[in-house]
Amino acid sequence: MKKAGKLSKTTKNDLITYGMVILAYVIVQLLVSTGHVSSLIQGLLVPFCTYAIVAVALNLTVGILGELSLGHAGFMCVGAFASAVFSLAFKQTMPGGPRFLIALLIGAASAALVGFLVGIPVLRLKGDYLAIVTLAFGEIIKNIINALYLGVDSRGVHFTMKDALSLNMEENGLVLIKGAQGVTGTPNDSNFTVGIVLLLITLVIVLNFIHSRTGRAVMAIRDNRIAAESIGINVTKYKLIAFTLSASLAGVAGVLYAHNLSTLNALPKNFGYNMSILILVFVVLGGIGNIRGSIIAAVLLTLLPEVLRGLSDYRMLIYAIVLIAMMIFNWSPNAIFFRKRLRQRLTAGRKTEKEEA
Amino acid sequence: MKKKMVSLMLAGAMMATLLAGCGSDGASGEAAADTATETETTETADTTEAADTTEAADAAETAEGAETADTAAGGTFKIGGIGPLTGGAAVYGVAAKNGSQIAVDEINEAGGINGMTVELNFQDDELDAEKSVNAYNVLKDWGAQVIDGSVTSACSIAVSEKTYQDQVFQLTPSGSAVDCVQYDNAFRICFSDPNQGIASAQYIGENGLASKVAVIYDSSDVYSSGIYEKFAQEAANQPFEIVAAGAFTADNKTDFSVQLQQAKDAGAELVFLPIYYTEASLILTQADSMGFDVQFFGCDGLDGILGVENFDASLAEGVMLLTPFAADATDDLTVSFVKEYNDRFGETPNQFAADGYDTIYTIKAAAEKAGITADMSNEEICAALSQAMTEITVDGLTGDGITWDASGEPTKAPKAVVIKDGAYAAM
Repeated sequence: MKKAGKLSKTTKNDLITYGMVILAYVIVQLLVSTGHVSSLIQGLLVPFCTYAIVAVALNLTVGILGELSLGHAGFMCVGAFASAVFSLAFKQTMPGGPRFLIALLIGAASAALVGFLVGIPVLRLKGDYLAIVTLAFGEIIKNIINALYLGVDSRGVHFTMKDALSLNMEENGLVLIKGAQGVTGTPNDSNFTVGIVLLLITLVIVLNFIHSRTGRAVMAIRDNRIAAESIGINVTKYKLIAFTLSASLAGVAGVLYAHNLSTLNALPKNFGYNMSILILVFVVLGGIGNIRGSIIAAVLLTLLPEVLRGLSDYRMLIYAIVLIAMMIFNWSPNAIFFRKRLRQRLTAGRKTEKEEA
Repeated sequence: MKKKMVSLMLAGAMMATLLAGCGSDGASGEAAADTATETETTETADTTEAADTTEAADAAETAEGAETADTAAGGTFKIGGIGPLTGGAAVYGVAAKNGSQIAVDEINEAGGINGMTVELNFQDDELDAEKSVNAYNVLKDWGAQVIDGSVTSACSIAVSEKTYQDQVFQLTPSGSAVDCVQYDNAFRICFSDPNQGIASAQYIGENGLASKVAVIYDSSDVYSSGIYEKFAQEAANQPFEIVAAGAFTADNKTDFSVQLQQAKDAGAELVFLPIYYTEASLILTQADSMGFDVQFFGCDGLDGILGVENFDASLAEGVMLLTPFAADATDDLTVSFVKEYNDRFGETPNQFAADGYDTIYTIKAAAEKAGITADMSNEEICAALSQAMTEITVDGLTGDGITWDASGEPTKAPKAVVIKDGAYAAM
């Protein structure tokens, strides 16, 4: 029997993760209020949260479900555009708080819907095939949004894939999505507090999901699909649940992203496969299946190129080298062995010290 | 696992601190402090050590902050530039940066602005709105008093949101989308996209260049689709019709045979190319190889086409373009600028370089009109410059007698040039 008051190992681990985020928030807020934080870092606080959320979301697919997805930037893109369109349409008529809340739900729901639809055909595949197909879906999403024109006026909603002229808008109509020009004028509703709250909610959802009955079923499928099927686990159902949840959380990150900047374009840079791979890098660097690691890696790798600005044109090169070095230091078997030995020596040293004392 | 993460964090923090040492600005020091703070949150055993690092970095930041204030009082005027210096759009950012730098050096040699030495710090935004805002924040930490940028439209819009909040004066050399200057504090040097589209349509119509016009444009590009939209609108009022409109996107911009065939089949006499010169050079080559002999007409994005590597410049013979700047114009200002640019950077300047150059001189003219001094706050500078912008007239590389109204739009006459004997000639 467990002793009352003593926490299980997983609960303790989860609490450390929550604690880390809350502590980081408190410390940053303290530093901001005392004026110790530069504008650069203040501007990066929301992106930190955005990328941490999407990294956690992808870790659910990669680490828990065990499938490689290269389409998460696409889900982020759906969440970003759906919420930005809503916020822009109701910019004048609704107060900021409730508007952002609804935008958030819309973003999460639309990304979940797309994730669900994409998941139906995609999750029939495994491994590399699944990765390639999700990559293709991510690109499709980006290209559709680039060709989309959406406007609203007193006669209702107008929609076309041709050009802005074919919308046939009234004079005072509002064009929401202007094809490649994207959405302009989204209200800036994101801030660091909102970002941290969303990150915490994401963590609560993901960590509880992992430890739930469903989460255990998902992990059983990851570890041995045939064994899982033989004990009556509905493989398709659980895979879809995990994938849809992951997509909708990526959508939440998209909402945060969209409301942090006043312009939103679906460029290869921010919603293309480059971004999908960058998110995967966060997950791999932080440790596949390690939620806390994803957050730390996302923050570190978002910060790194900005810190390296002093090196001007060489910074992307240095960034890549530092990334390689970090990967090797963190995950190469030799490095792991070296760290283990070092730790052993340290603890041994500490023990002798204690004995001497 | 926990220990592993801790070691990663520590390594990261150390690396960041190390690298921050290379940087010269206060921002890096602060960034390192923040990383150190993160470390503190994960590891309790090392708390004291991490806290020490934080304090040390904070101290460094404060010291540097004080230093900045000192130099400012000594009479420096800090201009922060933003543009893409790496990646696919680097050509434009680098050109604007170089052009701005030449202007800054000239001004400093001639005694500065109101006795203040001008300092330019140009930051990379990689053509990404998010990075552009980061670049702006870096410049803010550096103490920028005026923003020269961003070079591209979407970035410029994102930055203008922030400069408006902070009340910092912003002058974009080439952010041509309408929304770039939606706030009172933002002005631009180049034409807006709609203006270019309308002017092109009027020029073609009024000069009777053709009755059947085809357009090939980049639907994934803000600049290109913006011009096309207005061109198509204005075409309705002009004595020519658009017989074909072929779009391409950034993902497939190497083969244009479909769009060209479409234009050829429709019997187009003139093909309007509101695109950048890299794609235009491909279009000209492919049109030539399929035997499609037609008049090409472009906007300022075509400027630079003669400098494309491995491009047979004779194909561009007879191409007309509407541009505010031509590198071989014979007025003294252009000649000396082109020579200086060639000497320093080994290439012929394009229109972005000219825009960058004019941006700095416009800031100078406005600052002299408003009597800006180094000890004024950013808000005061912003209010004074925004007022002065509407009162000045600038004779620059991209136009004579450029004036601005409160909306931020410049008023200048577009110049049409034609490529003749491998060089731009006025029409």
